[in-house]
Amino acid sequence: MSIIETRDLVRDFKRTRAVDHLTLAVEPGEAVGYIGANGAGKSTTIKMLTGILKPTSGTVRTCGIDPMRDRIGVARRVGVVFGQRSQLWWDLPLRESFGILAAIHRLDPAAAAARTDRLVEQLEMGPQLGTPVRSLSLGQRMRAEIAAALLHTPELLILDEPTIGLDVLSKQRLREFLVAERRERGTTLLLTTHDMGDIERLCDRVLVVDHGRLAFDGTLPGLAATVGAQRMLVIDLAEPSLDLTGVPNTTLVESESGGLRQRLAFDAEATTAAAVLAHVSARHGVRDLTIEEPDIEDVVRRIYAASGRG
Amino acid sequence: MADRRLDLAVRLRPYRVLLASRAHAQMQYRTSFVTDILGTVGVGLAEFAEVWVIFHNVDVLGGLDFTAALLVFALSNLAFSLADMFVGHLDQLPRYIRAGQVDAFYVRPLPLLAQLMTSDLSLRRVGRLSVALVALIVALTTADISWSTATVALILLTIVSGTAIFSALFTTAGGLQFFLVDGAEFTNAFTYGGQYAAQQSQQIFPDPLRIFWTFVIPTAFVAYLPAVAILDLPGDPLAPTWLAWCTPLAAALAWALAGLCWRSGTRHYQGAGG
Ligand SMILES: Nc1ncnc2c1ncn2[C@@H]1O[C@H](COP(=O)(O)OP(=O)(O)O)[C@@H](O)[C@H]1O
Ligand SMILES: [Mg+2]
Repeated sequence: MSIIETRDLVRDFKRTRAVDHLTLAVEPGEAVGYIGANGAGKSTTIKMLTGILKPTSGTVRTCGIDPMRDRIGVARRVGVVFGQRSQLWWDLPLRESFGILAAIHRLDPAAAAARTDRLVEQLEMGPQLGTPVRSLSLGQRMRAEIAAALLHTPELLILDEPTIGLDVLSKQRLREFLVAERRERGTTLLLTTHDMGDIERLCDRVLVVDHGRLAFDGTLPGLAATVGAQRMLVIDLAEPSLDLTGVPNTTLVESESGGLRQRLAFDAEATTAAAVLAHVSARHGVRDLTIEEPDIEDVVRRIYAASGRG
Repeated sequence: MADRRLDLAVRLRPYRVLLASRAHAQMQYRTSFVTDILGTVGVGLAEFAEVWVIFHNVDVLGGLDFTAALLVFALSNLAFSLADMFVGHLDQLPRYIRAGQVDAFYVRPLPLLAQLMTSDLSLRRVGRLSVALVALIVALTTADISWSTATVALILLTIVSGTAIFSALFTTAGGLQFFLVDGAEFTNAFTYGGQYAAQQSQQIFPDPLRIFWTFVIPTAFVAYLPAVAILDLPGDPLAPTWLAWCTPLAAALAWALAGLCWRSGTRHYQGAGG
């Protein structure tokens, strides 16, 4: 049985149709990236999956349950994080939020304590347990939100833009944690994001939504192939240099400040960032570098263009 | 029996933990907590001053003398401040919605209304509560009451039902605010308006208003009707004395309406946006 199933799902707001005859299914154990431009209908879909919003028409089943009939049943089996919102208690130390959530989910105290300890350890939150939630940094808070959503060991974890505004290191930690958690428990994951890195590292399937409709359903390599998405290496050289043409499997996109900063696009299927860097640093002094992931908005735009919309 | 009690304790544990956490959060800032309490004592005294001023000028108003008016004042304020303490934040629903808290309630395995009710506990309202309590004690000791078991029962019944009636009004206000964009002004009319009406003699109102506060929004049951029965006064010709015993019925009806409003409100919920 699918863990998420929607059929002809529609949700209208006063002036807009946010979700438009959406039909999709997610199987237990899958990790699915749900992407689309701002306003495409991602959050609205998630709110219908969790019983927050009533569908205008169509059907939803989450863990086999109709969320409009048994919202509480869904809440017991699903963990949800809305990146822009908090489910923690702002005026209390973080530890107490975990305690309250354990009581809300009626977890056995010993089991709850063990689960909390484990999550806190994995997410390296020990030093923050005594800190009021309002004083946590964004990265710390987001880790706490995810721990809170996983406290009752749900079968399905839904994350709505969990990495928005996070620094590189915080994103990295979160992703590593989610990979480990999924490996250990086989938790199904549905994730919306604007960061291609999240999808790349966490998801084995991508759904692209456009104006509330499903525009793509497939694997990430399939998506990349469809749109020809490339990663970008931005290299700062020690001295002004000629354009870095002729690096295998790359295309020079831009050269700034007399060649001090150069941007090379490369196809992740054909070469690696390390190989490109090795090639360049054998010939030039490299001062700094960054890797730019393909921008989701860009990928989405291309998908929309390919499907004749957008 | 013991089993059943244990079962209830387990069932209510989430709410106990939630309320305890609210109390804990308020106690963290002791000085502001104390000034807040003094503030609500001030509110209670200001309400009382109004009664005082009136009876400084007249001996009887709407069929009540000062002691009787004090009893009405005490019963209505007691019920209102109890309801306000536990569920007074319900009419702040739009604030909860904007903060995304309502979305969080939906993804937790407890009833929404129970979560919203236990999401705040305005302990500072004990200030106003104690003013009402003192007024009640003074009124009951100075008034000429022929005490019986029935009188005591009626007083207790009135406090419980009155609290339930005001709680139902706050819940109705909350439910309506799922539909109204900035509905607080409108719903204040019958939460705070109801509280104002409850502490008056019904006889000062013209008939339509009197019927409204008795049979539509039943705040006459909170204090006036029971006070007339307790003191054995002639009361309102429209409302016989035995009506005083119908406060639980009025509370039940108010709650039926509140439940309906709340339920259709939650189904109409549009999300916090974004
Ligand atoms: N509460 C609401 N009231 C009116 N319109 C809304 C509301 N919530 C979302 N929308 C509209 O529905 C569309 C989809 O929004 P949303 O699901 O939040 O998109 P996404 O999460 O993909 O950015 C947008 O056009 C948005 O403006
Ligand atoms: Mg969104």
